[in-house]
Amino acid sequence: MQKIRLMVFGALAVAAAGWLAAAPVLAAETASAKSAIGPVIKTYKGDKCVEPTEEMRRNHMKKILHQRDETMHKGIRTRKYSLKNCIDCHADPKTNSVLGENGFCESCHEYAAVSIDCFTCHSSSPEKNGQPPKAASTDPAGLMEKTISSAVMGTTNGNQP
Amino acid sequence: MSLSRREFIGIGGGAIAGITLAPGLRLVELARARSPEEAATQMQRWGLLIDIGRCQDCDVCVTACRTENGWYGHNRPATDPQWIRKVTLKDNQTGYVESLPVLCQHCEEPPCVDVCPTGASFKRADGIVLVDKHICIGCRYCMMACPYKARSFVHEDTINQKSYAPRGKGTVESCTLCVHRVDAGKIPACVEACTKDGNQAMVFGDLKDPNSGINKHLAAGPSTPLRPDLNLNTGVRYRGV
Ligand code: SF4
Ligand code: SF4
Repeated sequence: MQKIRLMVFGALAVAAAGWLAAAPVLAAETASAKSAIGPVIKTYKGDKCVEPTEEMRRNHMKKILHQRDETMHKGIRTRKYSLKNCIDCHADPKTNSVLGENGFCESCHEYAAVSIDCFTCHSSSPEKNGQPPKAASTDPAGLMEKTISSAVMGTTNGNQP
Repeated sequence: MSLSRREFIGIGGGAIAGITLAPGLRLVELARARSPEEAATQMQRWGLLIDIGRCQDCDVCVTACRTENGWYGHNRPATDPQWIRKVTLKDNQTGYVESLPVLCQHCEEPPCVDVCPTGASFKRADGIVLVDKHICIGCRYCMMACPYKARSFVHEDTINQKSYAPRGKGTVESCTLCVHRVDAGKIPACVEACTKDGNQAMVFGDLKDPNSGINKHLAAGPSTPLRPDLNLNTGVRYRGV
């Protein structure tokens, strides 16, 4: 029995490894072929999110929801889990937005068929507020741009370098 | 009447706590603005005194509010949003005309909160009355209940919202007393603009702080809420109506 279990586990591990190995190929394909299936996830600023990518993929909505109530009802305005912080980092410097076909929020939500209700009220652009929009003026070489395919979603740190 | 020992200790303890805690906390509150992770508390109640004698025939406050909070109209006066508006009063007997800004009066007993079926209309611990647009269903009961016509319904899709003042179609909005500025230790945009313009018709401050500027102004002369008969104990008061 023990042996069979080990074998099954081994087979799974091999399959997973194969899948991961295939990922860069898929990513390259997505980058070249625009019509490929799956969201386009790009990040532009910083080298890591406020939480590990796995955590954010699963639970970003809970964190934003919690922060929203804290801010709205109690006036707690910490930045870490604020929608503003998401937008400031993830907005595409070209469109100045997290929406649009390749927008960080929209492309994934579109793929997952989950409608986003945030941007009927909230602006999808970073606040300028005296400071120049940081991303817009950065030279393109400095941009950290990463395109991953749906195959890698939830398996690797696609958001991080 | 006889008090049990437990009740007596309870009362005494409360009184002592009141004496020792309150002054300490007040010192803190005077010394600095709240830090971002601190919640608003009942230690403060924000208020506004509007001196109509100083209020000119201008709309600097309205313009400042629009710029700060990013609301705008569509040339449809019946439905355009108005967080703050200038109202002109005329004494028909004497012909005397005066003009005053009207905004959400941040009632202590807000009728808008009483009627809201969802809990979207609420009063913050520091007395600022807000609409939680995440919860608002746009029923507009609060607009009917507000005696000051302070609230607006957003009829159109919105663009160029400020990150600190989200607004969207299908929800109700009103003056937030620039809650984002207050949380950062600043005064509301209308007050700042009116002061800069030299009119100085508005004073903003903490009604619970006996040494605040607004309380000194309130103590120095007469003032009244609008519609005092309603007994709403508004945070906004007027002088010279
Ligand atoms: S003025 Fe109107 S909107 Fe403001 S708290 Fe009072 S009832 Fe509510
Ligand atoms: S319009 Fe929104 S805030 Fe006003 S009463 Fe209805 S649910 Fe409450």
